[in-house]
Amino acid sequence: MTEKIDDNLIFSLWKKISKTRAVEEKIVEIYPEKDIRCPVHLSLGQEGVAAGVSQALNKEDLVFSNHRSHAHYISKGGDIKSMFAELYGKKTGCAGGRGGSMHLLDESVGFMGATPIVGNTIPLAVGAALSVKMQNKKQVVVLYIGDGAIEEGVFHESINFASLKKLPILFVCENNLYSVYTPLAERQPIRPIYTLAIGHGVEASQGDGTDAHEVYKVAQEAVEKIRNGGGPIFLEFLTYRWRTHCGIDDDDHLKYRDEAELKKWKGKDPLVAIKNKITNSTTISNRDLDNETNRINKEINEAVEFAKKSPYPSLDEPLKVYS
Amino acid sequence: MTERKISYAEAIREATDIMMARDPSVFVIGEGVPDPKKIFGTTSGLIEKYKGRVLDMPLSENGMTGICVGAALTGMRPVMVHQRVDFGLLAMDQIANSAAKWNYMFDGKRSVPMVIRFIIGRGWGQGPQHSQSLQALFAHIPGLKVVMPSTPYDAKGMLISAIEDNNPVIFIEHRWLHYIKDDVPEGYYTVPLEKCRVIREGKDITIAATSYMTIESIKASEMLMELGISVEVVDIRTLKPLDEETIISSVKKTKNLLVCDSGWKFGGFAGEVIATVVEKAFDQLSSAPQRIASPDFPTPSSRALADAYYPLSTDIANKVLAMLGRSKQDLEKLEGIAKIRFRGVSLDQPDASFEGPF
Repeated sequence: MTEKIDDNLIFSLWKKISKTRAVEEKIVEIYPEKDIRCPVHLSLGQEGVAAGVSQALNKEDLVFSNHRSHAHYISKGGDIKSMFAELYGKKTGCAGGRGGSMHLLDESVGFMGATPIVGNTIPLAVGAALSVKMQNKKQVVVLYIGDGAIEEGVFHESINFASLKKLPILFVCENNLYSVYTPLAERQPIRPIYTLAIGHGVEASQGDGTDAHEVYKVAQEAVEKIRNGGGPIFLEFLTYRWRTHCGIDDDDHLKYRDEAELKKWKGKDPLVAIKNKITNSTTISNRDLDNETNRINKEINEAVEFAKKSPYPSLDEPLKVYS
Repeated sequence: MTERKISYAEAIREATDIMMARDPSVFVIGEGVPDPKKIFGTTSGLIEKYKGRVLDMPLSENGMTGICVGAALTGMRPVMVHQRVDFGLLAMDQIANSAAKWNYMFDGKRSVPMVIRFIIGRGWGQGPQHSQSLQALFAHIPGLKVVMPSTPYDAKGMLISAIEDNNPVIFIEHRWLHYIKDDVPEGYYTVPLEKCRVIREGKDITIAATSYMTIESIKASEMLMELGISVEVVDIRTLKPLDEETIISSVKKTKNLLVCDSGWKFGGFAGEVIATVVEKAFDQLSSAPQRIASPDFPTPSSRALADAYYPLSTDIANKVLAMLGRSKQDLEKLEGIAKIRFRGVSLDQPDASFEGPF
């Protein structure tokens, strides 16, 4: 039995993954120039989750993210000019050069902010959901966390309250099996992460994060339930980061993870998966893909050019410590 | 606006009520906010009036602080209340890393308009984890405003200003101030968050004080007046941003400075005030500035230890006499004055009528 496929949907998922991939490959290319002087945490290999979740959201829906935020930002429609400018520490950056890669924000598309202390944005997202509920709005809030964040006390504090007040929030946990170089088994007992959410009275499930179409279907159903007042939902997606925790390198030489494991996950490339779906089940032509790829590359090159040409922030301008 | 006397606690309650009526984005949240005790009466009568905006909360200080920050980032104006400032230590990630930094960190794109009310417990054996004065910790962090009003008038006007302010404001109330009564106008008025107040004018020495130490300083200035010493008392009702100008212009007049703070002396706020004055007005000083603050050990429980811990108006007056080089005779006179004034007062109660537990 063949599944009925919506071409536009699949094309849109492919665009999100392609763009994220192309942006990060550009970062890998230019980082050695040492003009981007901030830590970067690449999403290479993990793009499927953000693509699928973002596809289920409206522009007005709010997103909070973490240190590994590029995929979340780009898939939500974040402006890549101000993203690259932020990586370059420029005044035109989305945080005025005050944050770098770990501090992305584009409120015009509902991307409310990413910060790098693990767990730091969890309560912020729940608070935004409290606002949405108190103001009788129809938005859904999405929070991206990793497998490490659920080890923080603030996760339990926050999801307890979200559950208590039936707040409109989708917790998306990207379980990539590692916190920096420390595997999950060194940090948590053997039990699926999503069951913790069930313990807090929150509907939860686990899915394959490398299949953006599957992610979309699960997220779409969850977002609809949440928007209709059903309260929070927690989705855990299994995924894998190809490169090192922080920076652009492969880190196979560190031997903290098994070669076969990396190989297995590289075989589950979210970009290849969605491309195969396009080839096998849609009428989208290679020319459509090429045209879009060219458009994306042009946008990225222009963004890098813009970032390089932009001025640095200056101490002569207001500090904005206070509003 | 008619004049009438109400307590500091009632002034806090009234300010909250006024702002909740004026602005539907204001909500109050904290452990025990709607419970029968109503945070020492400071949240009485609110839950009946403002449905859905007066919230109790789980014992999750860090998470709930972050939830308030998130609400503040998306259009609400939370007023968070903690019965003890010590609980704020559980929330330092969200206070220091989120609330304080967001406006700067994102280039002024979004600020955090929230108030966190903290109460400093003192007396009736509150002990090491229930009666600390942690204002210096908060004042150290760029992006926070830190206020400690010492009078009912300021408590009301400054809480209204704090709720209207677009920045995170740490609003610290000393528990003993809650009982003080004073003239407080009815209705809406504001007191600026950026100014010290010269509470009593004088010419011989400036005593700059925070929170409850302002009250002890006023008592000291009254005793010293009997010895012919004219004290100017400056109430540092806002610690951050510090109104350096008012303090320095007072020092220019009196040439002497004593700073009295309820926090610890080491690494504390009193030292910050003195450093500022020394850096900017050293040539105006005719004596070395001095501090009266808490000794370098945790806050006491037993009243016997409280006597050794908390500085009193007599300690302040003694220090002033020493700074001004007054004679032994003056010291003896002071002892006589103090004996009459403070007969039977114990240091674990604000006054004899007031008993714990609280």
